[in-house]
This record gives sequence, structure tokens and C-alpha cells, in this order.
Amino acid sequence: MQTKTIRPSKPAKRSWVSLILTLILLSIVCFVLFKLQGVQNQLVLRIARLCAINITLALAMNLINGFTGIFSLGQAGFMAIGAYTTALLTIPASKKAMMFMLTPLVKPLDTLTLPFGLTLIIGGLIAAGAAFLIGVPCLRLRGDYLAIATLGFSEIIRVLIMNAQSLTNGAQGLKSIPSNATIWWTYGIAFIVIVFMALFTSSSYGRALKAIREDEIAAESMGVSLFAHKMMAFMLSAFFAAVGGGLLAAYNGTIGQDMFRVIQTYNVLMIVVMGGMGSITGSVIAAFIVTIGQEWLRVLDGPINLGPIHTSGIAGMRMVVFSALLLIIIVFFRNGLFGTNEATWSAIGGRLSALAGHKKRGTAE
Amino acid sequence: MATFFQHMTNALSVGSLYALMAIGYTMVYGVLRLINFAHGEIFMIAMYMVFYGLAIFFLPWYVSFTLAIVITALLGVAAERLAYRPLRDAPRISILISAIAVSYFLQNLATVLFGGRPLTFPQVPLFTQIMTLGSVRIPRLSILVPLITLVLLALLMLLLKRTKTGMAMRAVARDYDAARLMGIDLNFTIATTFFIGSALAGVGAIMWGMKYPQINPTVGSMPGIKCFIAAVLGGIGNTAGAVLGGVVLGIVEIMLVALWPSLSGYRDAFAFILLIVVLLVKPTGLLGEKTTEKV
Repeated sequence: MQTKTIRPSKPAKRSWVSLILTLILLSIVCFVLFKLQGVQNQLVLRIARLCAINITLALAMNLINGFTGIFSLGQAGFMAIGAYTTALLTIPASKKAMMFMLTPLVKPLDTLTLPFGLTLIIGGLIAAGAAFLIGVPCLRLRGDYLAIATLGFSEIIRVLIMNAQSLTNGAQGLKSIPSNATIWWTYGIAFIVIVFMALFTSSSYGRALKAIREDEIAAESMGVSLFAHKMMAFMLSAFFAAVGGGLLAAYNGTIGQDMFRVIQTYNVLMIVVMGGMGSITGSVIAAFIVTIGQEWLRVLDGPINLGPIHTSGIAGMRMVVFSALLLIIIVFFRNGLFGTNEATWSAIGGRLSALAGHKKRGTAE
Repeated sequence: MATFFQHMTNALSVGSLYALMAIGYTMVYGVLRLINFAHGEIFMIAMYMVFYGLAIFFLPWYVSFTLAIVITALLGVAAERLAYRPLRDAPRISILISAIAVSYFLQNLATVLFGGRPLTFPQVPLFTQIMTLGSVRIPRLSILVPLITLVLLALLMLLLKRTKTGMAMRAVARDYDAARLMGIDLNFTIATTFFIGSALAGVGAIMWGMKYPQINPTVGSMPGIKCFIAAVLGGIGNTAGAVLGGVVLGIVEIMLVALWPSLSGYRDAFAFILLIVVLLVKPTGLLGEKTTEKV
């Protein structure tokens, strides 16, 4: 862990410039989103929405793995909780009756439908409750033991879903989930999560989490309650993961327990690692890179003509390339794009002035 | 009584298979303090190697088994060389992510190389014939697997206790830095650990394939995680403990399903529940040594 020098407080002028630049960026994003809504190309729309969902999922994981330094591998389980909650509470009653052929759906759920936003919150709360139950035993463990225990719980959640025929339709999964995950929903929630994370990580709670990450024992001796803070981070992370899972369910239209294997956790982990564990802007940028990159690498699955080399399309080739890239990133650039730093305006300004050759002492990180 | 005996031999053979793989986890954890997430994928590759040897190239079983074990062992060494060694001095979380990345990569690579469609593991009559002992009918494998495991464990113990390399491995596991200061060749010792661990996973994979004859690119992940649990159960870093943990896990899994067949859908969850209980009650496992964290 590198030690950081204490930075002098930024001059007031800087923060005004930052605010204006942020507002300009936001209006550009809003404009682009507005334009995107009118786009006829379904593929572009799908990828754009998936980017936003991945931002939510990556930030949820970053909160626990990056900011708190707890290596949890349980995200897929929490996503599954959110996805199934949203699905069960938004699918219209007539469709449910058709789907649950083997055993009917349990009583209040079979006719109950709720607004989409509410179901996301309910899913999040259920996942946070599950995280509390899982956290009580797991958060007492260290490092890799915790990783394997959370992974275990994620698998247990999946096994429970597979066996709870009258609640989840078991191995058949759920179909015809209303496609509520529009551009506005996905980006709206991603925006809320980004703002929350920015405020939370700079609050006293967030600083306590970072202290735990840097040195658990030192943090404890400074009076940080380890268990309470870890539990808070774990539950918040589960909440957002479930919201992301709910969005994913609405985005996909169909879900099944197979979607929430450990590999789903690894997919999100890849984004977090690439962006830098402990960097919000890193996760956001990496979510775009990974989502668009995976789509763009689809070329590799098709036929390739590279002069003398001809291949007739190998399905899955892009994932090989992608996982090899992840391996290269972790071996050679293990801090990812940003490490634990953020791309703030002053940092960018510092970089730019350094590039321009100014002698000014920038706050480039 | 006959059914009990049948279940018990089944449980013992499953347990021995877990044990073989758990040894690999525990040895790697001993020297590097790393959960080798790629161990399950190495196991999966071994199954495909045997499949290719027997069903595609029609090699005799002993040739294709040996080839598969050697290739698997070399793959383990290669993974260590390429993905773990550069990170040896990095924070432990980095090397753990690297292990996850290797496992992810090998799964995807297997999907491309061998296809995602499940294949059927070829049967070797010598091992899979059904024997009749009185009123009990069991496949020969159920007897052979525990025997092979015992022989391999004895050989491994000899290696660890009686040879220079074995002593070096124990020294590295005890104290990494002190071992380095004593002039032990760390790279060679760690590579040997991976070679042996992966070779044992290869042996386990072959017998697993004959017992559960279905291969697909994700076939290794569940046994992989379970065998890690077996290693934790026995006390991670302890070779005999890994074997004990594997056998206990096998017996618990098979016997619970045998006694309460309605639980069979939850079979994969038992191991995790067992893990949580062990970690809460006795975090160092059945045979593990107690350690304290120094500030």
C-alpha cells in the first residue's frame, strides 16, 4: 500500500470550475441519452443499457471489494435475489399462471404486481437482509476464507432458487418479464449509485472503510468498529447488487438460476479490477470499456481472414481473448486504470498542464 | 446392510477423489498462501486429455492416462510460472484475482478448443466392471479408488519426509522468508509443488471421469470448490488433514442423500454449510495448527 501525502485543501476557484465542468459533462450525457432514445438500432440501445447496468453492478462490488478491502465473491447470489424479486413482482398474473405449470406459485405472489421501481427497492432490501444473515458468520473470517465462504453462500442461494419450485419455477426459470429497463431507468439508477458512492466514500463512514482496507488492526485501534462498518458496506453492496440484478432481469426478459453462477461474479469482478479496485470513475469507465469491448470482440466469433490464416468462426473466441486480457491486466497492471485514485477535474487539469509543459505544481495523481 | 455397504463404498470412493484434489489445494496454500482457483479447471483439462487420448486417438488406457497426468502437471506449472510468479510479492488479493482469471481463461479456452457440448467420458472396462461380493454389487472402481489414493498418499508422505525437495517444500510452507534465506530454491520448490498437486488432480480427474462420465468446460468448478472446502475442513496446509477432510466430506454428502433422499437437490449446498460450520467452530480445521496474526 502506498502512503499518501496530505493534500492541501483546494482553492475555492477550483471547485467552481469543477462544478461547472461537471454540469457541462452531465448535460452532454443527458443530451446523448436523449438522442439514444430515438435511435432505431436495437443493438446500440441494448449495449447502451447494459453499460449502465454494469456500472451499477461494478460499483456495488467495488464498495465491498475495492473500498473496504473485503474480497467478497457473493455478488451473483445477491443479483439473483434482486432479479427474481423484480421478475416475480412485475410479471402479469396471467403470464405467471401459464409459467408455473408443475406447481402453482405461492399465494399472494400469484396475482400481485407492483411498480418497477418499487420492486427494485424490495429486491435490494431482501438482499441486504440476506447479506446481514450471511455477514454474521462470514465477516469474521479473513481474506481468502471470506472469499470462499461468500462464494459458498452465493451457490447456496442458487441451489435454493433451483429447488424452490413453487416460488421460482425451479430449473425452468422465469419468462416474459416486462422490459422496464429503459435508457432512463438504467442510467438514472447508475447516476444515483455514482452520486451515492461519491458522497458515501468521502463521508466519515467511507473513510473508516478505507482505513479498514489499509490496515485492519490499525483501524480498530483508532476506534473504528470493524464488524459494524464491514457489515454496513456488505449490506449496501448487496442492496445495489440486487438493484442491478433486478435491472438485468428486466433487461433480459428471461432469467434462470443458471445465469447466476459464479461466472457472473467474475464478469463483474473483471470490470472492477480493470477500473481499479477503489476507484468510482475507474469502475464507470471500465464498465463502458468491458461492455462495448465484449460486443466489439464479437468479430472474433465470426469468420476471420488474416491473410494466410482463415478461420470459419469459433463461438466463444472473444471470451478467450477477453479472459486473457484480464489475466494480462492483473499480472502486469494490477492496479487497473486508476488504482485507488479518481479522475477528478483537478487531476485531469494537472495532467493536461503537465503535458503542456507548465511548471505549475499540479495535483496529478 | 447390503445397501449400507454399497453406500459406504461409494462414499469412500467419492471421499478419496475429493482427497486427491484437496491435497493439491492444501500444498499450494501451504507454500503460497493462495487458494488456487484454477485447480478445478486443471482437473477439467485432465478429463478432456483422457477423452482425446482414448476416444479420438485410440491410445491404450495406460498411455493416455500417463499423458493426461503429465500434461496436467505441466499445465499447473505453467499457470504458476505465467500468472502467479510475477505477483509473488504483490498483495495477496492480486494473486487471488490472478487465480480466478486463470480459471476463467481455462474455462473459456476449453469451450473453444473442445466445444461447449457435453461429452461422454470413455469407459475402461478394467476399472468400471461391476463386481459381486456376496449380495453386494459394486463397480471395481469403488474399491480401487481408495486404494490408489492410499498408495499415492503414502508416496507423497515419503517424498515430503524423506527427500531434500520434500524438506524444502515443508520449509517454504513453514516460513517463506526464512526458507529463502537458507538458500532454498524457491522457484524450483514452488514449481514442484504445483507439479505434484496438479498431477494428483489429474489422477483424481481420471477416476472422477470414470465415476461420473460427463465432461463439459465447467465440470471442474464444483468439485474444485468442494475440494478446497475439504482442505479447509482438514486444516489447510496439512496434507493428511486434506485427505481426512476429503473422506469426511464424501461420507457426509453421500450418506445424507442416502438417508434422506428428499435432500438430493441440495447436495451441492452441504459442502458449503459444512465449511461455514467448520470456519465458525474450528477455523483451523480438524488437524490444523493454530496461528495468530502478528502486528
